[in-house]
Amino acid sequence: MIQLENVSRSFTVGDQQVAALRGIDLSIVAGDYVSIMGPSGSGKSTLLNLIGLLDRPSSGTYKLDGGNVTALDDVQQARVRSEKIGFVFQSFHLVPRLTAAMNIELPLILAGIPPAERKTRVAKLLENYGLADRADHRPDQLSGGQRQRVAIARATSMHPAVLLADEPTGNLDQTTGKEVMNLLEQLVKQRVALILVTHDPVLGGRAQRQIHMVDGQIISETGQSGRAMPAETERRAESGLR
Amino acid sequence: MRLLDVALFASGSLRGSPTRTLLMMLAMSIGVAAVVVLTALGEGARRYVVDQFSSLGTNLVILLPGRTETAGITPGMLIGQVPREISLDDAEAILRSRAVKRIAPLTIGSATLSRDALNREVVVLGSTSDLLEVRHMSMGIGKFLPAGDIHESASVCVLGNMIKRELFGNEQAIGAWVRLGDRRFRVIGVLASQGESMGMRTDELVIVPVASAHQLFNTSGVFRVLIEANSRDVIEQARHEAEEIMFQRHNGEKDVTVITQDAVLATFDRILTALTMAVGGIAAISLAVAGVLIMNVMLIAVAQRVKEIGLLKALGAPGKQIRALFFAEAALLSAIGSAAGLVLGYTGSTIIGQIYPALPVSPPWWAVLAACATALGTGVLFSVWPARRAARLDPVTALARS
Repeated sequence: MIQLENVSRSFTVGDQQVAALRGIDLSIVAGDYVSIMGPSGSGKSTLLNLIGLLDRPSSGTYKLDGGNVTALDDVQQARVRSEKIGFVFQSFHLVPRLTAAMNIELPLILAGIPPAERKTRVAKLLENYGLADRADHRPDQLSGGQRQRVAIARATSMHPAVLLADEPTGNLDQTTGKEVMNLLEQLVKQRVALILVTHDPVLGGRAQRQIHMVDGQIISETGQSGRAMPAETERRAESGLR
Repeated sequence: MRLLDVALFASGSLRGSPTRTLLMMLAMSIGVAAVVVLTALGEGARRYVVDQFSSLGTNLVILLPGRTETAGITPGMLIGQVPREISLDDAEAILRSRAVKRIAPLTIGSATLSRDALNREVVVLGSTSDLLEVRHMSMGIGKFLPAGDIHESASVCVLGNMIKRELFGNEQAIGAWVRLGDRRFRVIGVLASQGESMGMRTDELVIVPVASAHQLFNTSGVFRVLIEANSRDVIEQARHEAEEIMFQRHNGEKDVTVITQDAVLATFDRILTALTMAVGGIAAISLAVAGVLIMNVMLIAVAQRVKEIGLLKALGAPGKQIRALFFAEAALLSAIGSAAGLVLGYTGSTIIGQIYPALPVSPPWWAVLAACATALGTGVLFSVWPARRAARLDPVTALARS
């Protein structure tokens, strides 16, 4: 589904060219659970932004569902983001003036989905993520775990094929962090490709595929694509859901 | 994204920072209100002057003795020379022109009007029966001056409304005798109350036949001849022919002045319209200032909402959608601001209308339209740059901003 071929990305800092990614080859299929690990500055976030079409590679090709998406213009890329990609951020990025329900509804509004359908979809998501009684609360009235649950509900509201999570537990305590991970892993079972960026080896270790990056390059990859989740992870994922 | 959703989202972000929104709306509405009130004043002044002129009569040409552009001092007057007067025969002769419908000579003086023990100083107007039509006067009760020979000095008079009330109260005035100077006159009519027109209060006039007025004041010349042309198109012809007739009758001397009401009116109309527009334009500058304020605040809003913009992009909003959202915000602000401004402006002009009832204060439609258009225009125009800046934000750096 996702195919990166010899992708590089370099930035100009002052009058120097700094390579953030060098010759990345990566392919991810539906239902993959991939963690990208590495020290800060290793290019893992840049890779995630490239996959999420928030950034364009300096060279190389990126194919999503067989189509070359690097050649698309701003409007087309936005459409791909809207339909196929969901984001979960470390700092949640909820709109502070909007209620939980409205935050979840945001991608549906932007996609121009009729209000009636939006309502049913949002109600279902609130239900699924145990937020039904928090629907009319604004982010500042929610706990960290609840905020991230709203963010995940928002990320999945358009039924994306790929979910990109950048340190999704970075701002959460251990218990809520585990809860959030369980929710994300539950999505993998629904054939969503989950790509998790983290510097935490324990968290990254939960994925079937683990990619280590240093200095803009993939230095090692363990695990296999398309394999079922290990029994241990699956059991935990299920018990974590309500 | 649906249009309604764009509007809802924009109004949501406006409500998100109420103080900022209120202040911007205030600036906008003050601008619009200023345009409305100031043009209403200008337009009121213009209409006041136009009304005053048209209450003089329509298609009016005025003949006055002396060769002057406007009524003023002639060189002859400085050396003790009085311009040759216009006689009643002169006035009648003007009727020979085919462009002239009717004439009314005017002689003005003041005399003491008395009835029994009551007396007061009044302005006496000597004229003919046609004055009623020419000057658009209307009768309260009784008859106006009788038609007939212009030289006949009948002892009849028509009283202004206020004079009648002062002298007779609720008593019957028609048929009663009053004394004007050293002559007795019989009251044959009372004018309807009309208020003031061009500085002459018809309510405080006494009108007598022009020949009687000449005897009363011991003169033979008239003060003015009011000439009513047949139609608007022949006003110029009437003016020219009146001048020509007077030229011949005064032995080839151009010693009268003929002015047309139309020319004077048109000049006033032009001056006051220009004034209204100038005042409106000055007020419109405040709208431009409000526009700059909107731009400034929008730029701040973009800077404050960088993360939100980055998020919207990540959630699948293309740049043009972000731009549309900021446009919608500016348009909403301007629209609500101008609506509030209109309310404020109309309230203001109504209050001014209450304070100065003589002034017909009402903002002209073009000024209202221009004010709203300028408000919306500047609002949207000045948000182009902030909206573009928002649309061009790099989502990666926008989201990374803490």
